[in-house]
Amino acid sequence: MNLYKYASPTMFYPLAGKMIPWFSTAAAILFTTGLFVGFFIAPSDFQQGEAYRIIFIHVPAAWMGMFLYVLMAIYAGIGWAFNARLASMMASSLAITGAMFTAISLVTGAFWGKPTWGTWWVWDARMTSTLILMFLYIGFISLQAAIDDPRKADRAGAVLALVGVINVPIIYFSVNWWNTLHQGATIRILQKPTIRGSMLAALLIMLAACWLYSVAVVLMRLRCIILEREQNAARFAEVGV
Amino acid sequence: MLRWIVWRDLMLAWRRRTDMLSTVFFFVIVVSLFPLGIGPETQLLRTIAPGVVWVAALLASMLSLGRLFANDYHDGTLEQLLLTPQPLVLVVLGKTLAHWIVAEVPLVLIAPLVGVQFDLSSQTLWVLFASLLLGTPVLSLIGSVGAALTLGLRGGGVLISILVLPLYIPALIFGSGAVAASIMGMSAAPHLSLLGAFAIVSLLFSPWATAAALRISLE
Repeated sequence: MNLYKYASPTMFYPLAGKMIPWFSTAAAILFTTGLFVGFFIAPSDFQQGEAYRIIFIHVPAAWMGMFLYVLMAIYAGIGWAFNARLASMMASSLAITGAMFTAISLVTGAFWGKPTWGTWWVWDARMTSTLILMFLYIGFISLQAAIDDPRKADRAGAVLALVGVINVPIIYFSVNWWNTLHQGATIRILQKPTIRGSMLAALLIMLAACWLYSVAVVLMRLRCIILEREQNAARFAEVGV
Repeated sequence: MLRWIVWRDLMLAWRRRTDMLSTVFFFVIVVSLFPLGIGPETQLLRTIAPGVVWVAALLASMLSLGRLFANDYHDGTLEQLLLTPQPLVLVVLGKTLAHWIVAEVPLVLIAPLVGVQFDLSSQTLWVLFASLLLGTPVLSLIGSVGAALTLGLRGGGVLISILVLPLYIPALIFGSGAVAASIMGMSAAPHLSLLGAFAIVSLLFSPWATAAALRISLE
């Protein structure tokens, strides 16, 4: 079997269609299990009580937000270097899911911060760098939206994503340093309580669920992008002509 | 080649002196607005001075970046420059250097003067001057990537701010950090060293990114 043929958007279109139900079903099952374990099995934290349970959505979302930015830059770079249309389309469809997870992690972080720290927002190093990550996503999405020619948008986005990926560690360290300089004592997000087995299990299940959800949604969006750009070819491939 | 590009851009800028001056005035006016909005309390002003001057410098460079490639793009010169046998990176470096001299150096020179408005000591004014001298090349270099990417786009002026400002954050942190450290009576050297390191890294990477972005924008 020649796997390379799936690098063509028209060939990948039906394959993506077949993959989506599997990933979305698995994501739904894991979401349910993860939430059940998180809400009913994991014990409540002795310091934060029940409020800590938002961790089960907050932490996976934050991880996915960071991970998807790097993945997006890799796909955009591949699409640019090898002139692979599918990889560039993948980058565009990853951007929105990544931005969504980053936004979720910011919002849930605020909800968590209010009962535990007594404030919606602190200029903590991690929160600040997540906010900046959100800005980088917004830049990528709005640059692509401003360019009419899709191939040109792909390549311009790739340059921006790669510059961003080089800059992310620098931003991260500078923000870290800035915070410690200005505030003396930083608030730790978690006092690293020796995390209980069921808490960890719920966290990992939720992470897997978010990951599978991302795959399913990104593939759905990818199918839309393929349809938009290569309408006729994609439809033919679906019927198997 | 490099010298020729720089010289040409400087001549062009000299013939449109008002453009250059308007950036400087923008910088001075923005900085002067803060005491009016916050109140004339000296201690408070001294605390916010590093951030205010640096943020105003970032915003002022947003104004001038739009012009970095736009004029050459509209009259077709940029296309000719792309066709020259010399490497495009050299052209980009020349134009970025010219932009720094025209748009950023005046800000660096006037900054100590606006610093006086915030009651900074003469030692701190020197640190402010040094931090801007080291940091403004970063603004020109990273900004040139954004300018090349948004060339000829609808609403490019606003878009470039969204793309570039988040990437400026390390320069802002180290630059204003140096001034703040000096105000508190600490050594500004660590901040300035990090700022210099960031400038070198952006000098290494961004001309290539700008050259690639120009090729994409002009195809």
